[in-house]
Amino acid sequence: MAERYSSFESGGRMWLLQRVTAAFLLVVLAFHFFLLHFVHHADEVTLAASSARMEQLSYYSLMVLFLVTATFHGVNGVYNALINQGLTGTKRTVVKWTLVAASVVLLFQGIRTANAWAGGFPLL
Amino acid sequence: MSQSYNRGLIEDFSRWREFEAGMWAWIFHKFTGWVLIGYLFTHIAVLSTAIPAADGATMMFEGSQTDVFTGTIVSLEGLLLVRILEVGLLAVAVFHMLNGTRLLLVDLGVGLEAQDKSFYASLILTGAITVASVPTFIAGAF
Repeated sequence: MAERYSSFESGGRMWLLQRVTAAFLLVVLAFHFFLLHFVHHADEVTLAASSARMEQLSYYSLMVLFLVTATFHGVNGVYNALINQGLTGTKRTVVKWTLVAASVVLLFQGIRTANAWAGGFPLL
Repeated sequence: MSQSYNRGLIEDFSRWREFEAGMWAWIFHKFTGWVLIGYLFTHIAVLSTAIPAADGATMMFEGSQTDVFTGTIVSLEGLLLVRILEVGLLAVAVFHMLNGTRLLLVDLGVGLEAQDKSFYASLILTGAITVASVPTFIAGAF
């Protein structure tokens, strides 16, 4: 019986989130590359310029949301790829919680970095 | 209705000659995905130098004291290898984005019958965007 192949459980909540974050990341990753390689150049980066951007609530919020969605999309993608290769049982549980822990560390460190640039959470 | 397709283990590389466009798209999407998530962790690690820099940590850079964030980034950008890796990162990101758009469209029921052509278009566009970006990415490295 022919059936539609997908590495995801089609129609599930995680399946939808993977696609919603994909659509968001398409736009924001293109913006990120364009701003930091074409408008500004990577070899002209300074702490002051990065801070000036991050002190704006709109930019700070966008970058934190970018970090959260990229972490989810990437880590969930890795998890799905491993399940697709046949990961099951205890190994699957161990991998799942290892990836969750890695995500928490990445988000914590990323937000600490954003706050260092912004001098704390930007209020204006 | 699409056909169920038993790939067997993807690790069975001897089968690569039998692969069609959709299979290469699947392989490239996984590969670029692994590179991008690996890079995200590296990226945050390097950018974390902003934390001590904001507290006043400095380093010697080109004969003067510079904050440790600016010094680290500008030093890395001074290496030709890093610039070449950045071009590679751009290629990987652009392919993942274009092929991802293709996958989103197919999920929405658009273009399934032309999925092989849209894969080739993703490859060609990735190549064109990457080549066009080389001057910007390499500028000042020499």
